[in-house]
Amino acid sequence: MSIPGSWYLILAAVLFTIGALGLLVRRNVLVMFMCIELMLNAANLTFVTFARMLHDIGGQAVVFFVLVVAAAEVVVGLGIVVAIFRRRTSATADDLHILKG
Amino acid sequence: MNPSQVNVIGMDLVAAVHKTGPDIATFVVSAIIIIAGAIGVVFSRNPVHAALSLVMTLFGVAVLFIEQQADFLAAVQIIVYAGAIVVLFLFVIMFLGVDRRENIAAEPLHWQRPLALVLMAAALAGVIALGVGSHWATGQQAVAGSTTAGGHSNVYLLGKSVFTTYLYAFEATAALLVIAVVGAVVLARRPSLPSVEPETDARGAAVSGQPGPDGGLHDAAPRGSAAQDASPADVRAGQSLVKEAGR
Repeated sequence: MSIPGSWYLILAAVLFTIGALGLLVRRNVLVMFMCIELMLNAANLTFVTFARMLHDIGGQAVVFFVLVVAAAEVVVGLGIVVAIFRRRTSATADDLHILKG
Repeated sequence: MNPSQVNVIGMDLVAAVHKTGPDIATFVVSAIIIIAGAIGVVFSRNPVHAALSLVMTLFGVAVLFIEQQADFLAAVQIIVYAGAIVVLFLFVIMFLGVDRRENIAAEPLHWQRPLALVLMAAALAGVIALGVGSHWATGQQAVAGSTTAGGHSNVYLLGKSVFTTYLYAFEATAALLVIAVVGAVVLARRPSLPSVEPETDARGAAVSGQPGPDGGLHDAAPRGSAAQDASPADVRAGQSLVKEAGR
């Protein structure tokens, strides 16, 4: 309780940055998904911190919904990855230019 | 310091001034775990190691949730993230057999990594500068209800908020989950029926109307398999779509 909220916010910013960096530099689709999870967790940590700083339970409720959306996103995303793997045996984002105009 | 003392003195003042040893130790250890796990996700060559590093980060975030009195969310974080999502990741990694090392050093765009590093450093500096400039958290307090109202527990208050203030959002998430499940089943279903002959397409109405060779096979097939429960017309349409996409 006695840690200032700014520490948590800086930590969440660093975590979000690492996740975004991984999303930019990695080519493996599964690892890119994990980096998206890192960014979602950074946002969740920020929401909980603001809920504590402003004494507002709404921040925690938002985190609850973010968890639900993250679960749905992972299920559909991994379904897409499995469907792609049926056709081509690599997990590299560079190979997925089938929608290119 | 004990919690009652915190309540008496006033939370903001104590939060700003006092820093007790166990809290700082918890925060520092959790922060190290979180950052180390995140770096492990980004820089590990093996996707399985990346998934396990992700578990480490999620546990660290859960500890910080508990540190900030979000007990229910910490439990959900462990159960949903570490128990379901990461297991799903690992299942897909091993199901697809991509748990081999990849060469991270190979990079087709040589300017991409320096550019990404510079952009992310700029974004981090910008976010922290904005936070410092705006005193981190401003605005009205306890708009959707206090986190400590009436001395109730966190689970009580969060449940009351979700089932009253955010009831419509909660019901929308139910619809979202159903749609996600249906979408996952549709995406992951194996298009396993044999390819349909062109002349069968020409008399497709007759085939679906009376039991032809296809229909007889379809009726004799054991029930319960998703691929065989689909009607022949649906499967034919899906296969032609797949063929179109392959060209």
